[in-house]
Amino acid sequence: MKKVVEGSYAIADAVRCCSPDVISVYPITPQTHIVEHLSEFVANGELDCEYINVESEFSSLSSLIGASAAGARTYTSTTSQGLALMFEVLFNVSGMRLPIVMTTVNRALSAPLSIWNDQQDAMAARDAGWIQIYAENVQEAMDLTPQLYKISEDPKILTPSMACMDGFILTHVYEPVEFLDIEKVREFLPPFRPEDVLDPEDPKTFGAFADPSWFTEFKYLQYQAMERAKKKIAEASKEFEEVFGRGYGGLIDTYAMEDAEVALVAMGSVIGTIKEAIDGLRSEGVKVGLVKIRSYRPFPEEELKKALKDANVIVTIEKDLSMGYESALLTDLKGAFYNSPARMPIIGFAAGLGGRDIGVKQIRGIVERASKVKDAGIEAEFEIFDVKPECL
Amino acid sequence: MEESLFAPGHRACAGCGMPTAIKLVLDAAGPNTIVVSPTGCLEVTSTPFPESSWRVPWIHSLFENPAAVASGVEVALKRFGKTDINLLVIGGDGSTFDIGFGSISGMFDRGHRITYVCYDNEAYMNTGVQRSGSTPFCAKTTTTPTGKLSLGNPRPKKDLPAIAVAHGVPYVATASIAYPVDLRRKVRRSLSADGPAYIQVNAPCITGWSFEAGDTIEQARLVVETCLWPLYEYVDGALAGVTKVRRKRPVEDYLKTQGRYKHLFRAEGGAEVLAQIQAMADANAEKFGLLD
Repeated sequence: MKKVVEGSYAIADAVRCCSPDVISVYPITPQTHIVEHLSEFVANGELDCEYINVESEFSSLSSLIGASAAGARTYTSTTSQGLALMFEVLFNVSGMRLPIVMTTVNRALSAPLSIWNDQQDAMAARDAGWIQIYAENVQEAMDLTPQLYKISEDPKILTPSMACMDGFILTHVYEPVEFLDIEKVREFLPPFRPEDVLDPEDPKTFGAFADPSWFTEFKYLQYQAMERAKKKIAEASKEFEEVFGRGYGGLIDTYAMEDAEVALVAMGSVIGTIKEAIDGLRSEGVKVGLVKIRSYRPFPEEELKKALKDANVIVTIEKDLSMGYESALLTDLKGAFYNSPARMPIIGFAAGLGGRDIGVKQIRGIVERASKVKDAGIEAEFEIFDVKPECL
Repeated sequence: MEESLFAPGHRACAGCGMPTAIKLVLDAAGPNTIVVSPTGCLEVTSTPFPESSWRVPWIHSLFENPAAVASGVEVALKRFGKTDINLLVIGGDGSTFDIGFGSISGMFDRGHRITYVCYDNEAYMNTGVQRSGSTPFCAKTTTTPTGKLSLGNPRPKKDLPAIAVAHGVPYVATASIAYPVDLRRKVRRSLSADGPAYIQVNAPCITGWSFEAGDTIEQARLVVETCLWPLYEYVDGALAGVTKVRRKRPVEDYLKTQGRYKHLFRAEGGAEVLAQIQAMADANAEKFGLLD
């Protein structure tokens, strides 16, 4: 039975079902409701775990390093400035191969200060060695939580992961969701039993430093684990579907791609809007489809090449900017195709920055412009969408 | 003698006070202990992969987060019912006084059962003797050099034990490697405290302070005997004990033996500074009742 709840409550309940041992929290909008709900579960005896209020996001993630190394299943969530404050810790967690799971609520980065949604925060942490999966809606963000523990804690992976969900759009929306059953989650997700833990009976050194004769090999092994995660992400999605009856594809998902001439590529909550725009356009005979990226890291290069090979033009719509060179997903996607025989134009739009709305109308405008590329050629490979000249 | 929990083969300088401090601390804590360390001399000299000097479980994450990492270890141990394990942070003064201070305040505030040991060598020694919040007044460092307009570090040493006491930390102490019995006793006492503890151990740095080889312990003793490093302990916010100084020595006896203070005996204005430092020592003697 579905219940209508706030997105943040749904996430908190999914975390509860994963039975974390240690949760470490720090408030920041629009992530705060998640950890508030978790604290209520603890206060009401509905979640048995250690819950600590720390003095910064830097310390929330740092404390989970200690807890995870001591053998605990750990959770935190953050957003934007909080994620930026964690930046140094992010690389440390992945380098130490600690399978911490974090909900990253996507929000713009200051300045100017903005509490509203875009995905600049997580995209800026792209190279931190974390698995990044973007959720389209509350149900997917919720269902991702146990999947990420399963992926991250796999002894062959041991890589931290973030469930990325758009701030406000998903965290504060009330949507009907199917709740997870804790018994079924236990069946799906085995207990965390790491081989290496801080234990005086068997003393080990964690976090030694590596000189140049060792460092490359540490990074090589991390890279290999991230490669293995591709298969694991798809498997976890499939196993989740078997237990819970809800599937999300693997690293990517597709929508109306069969004969699509214009292929849109995006991630996060804008997927829902794009699907609605596609339904309208399809009824008018426009051959447009969508590839939804679920896993941005590891990057689904092979899956994308396969899904997009027959498109006439590919268009990325993403909520981030790399100052000095377009947006990250566009660059990554062009890179994926460079050594392949397919030679369709690829263009991209940075849209929805700092909470600017992307509606069906905007998507239709993008598709209309992309449709002309096949005959007229590329006018602009990259554009910041919806800039108001009167504000400049 | 039993095998030390801090194994030989580490890369600390000959004459470094830090390994002595570590051995004494671990000797007191025993094998049922987990240690968290920040980046610093201790970390780089004791854990060049694939080697380690640690015979107890040890974890290093970053420069500014050992107190947070230890907080996470502590709650995880509590979760697993392993509250009998001693939990120590052992870090230098750069991490403790400056960059990691925010997370230490959080650790104190939350009341975790962790003993935080600062081996204090009064500057950023691992990066080459730069000024930290622990550097004493008018000591020369590579970022507080002496010059026409400078007599070294313009600020006095930050009083971190007082800040710990102000947090309501139940056990706060200063210690010295020249007083090993006292140091071991303080570590043991800290581990039975019902909450966090802070111990600040004077650990001379031969390269940063620039003194004669073989004088490490003598340096640690002299600073106590001049009253510049009072040995005391606070229990539940009240001064609970001091190590009396039998024969108080003038601060010059200590300062003149170190390269970092050499300028005070030559430069214009040096005599005035020496008088100021003597006044600091006298104030310590008075405040803590160090003399009979």
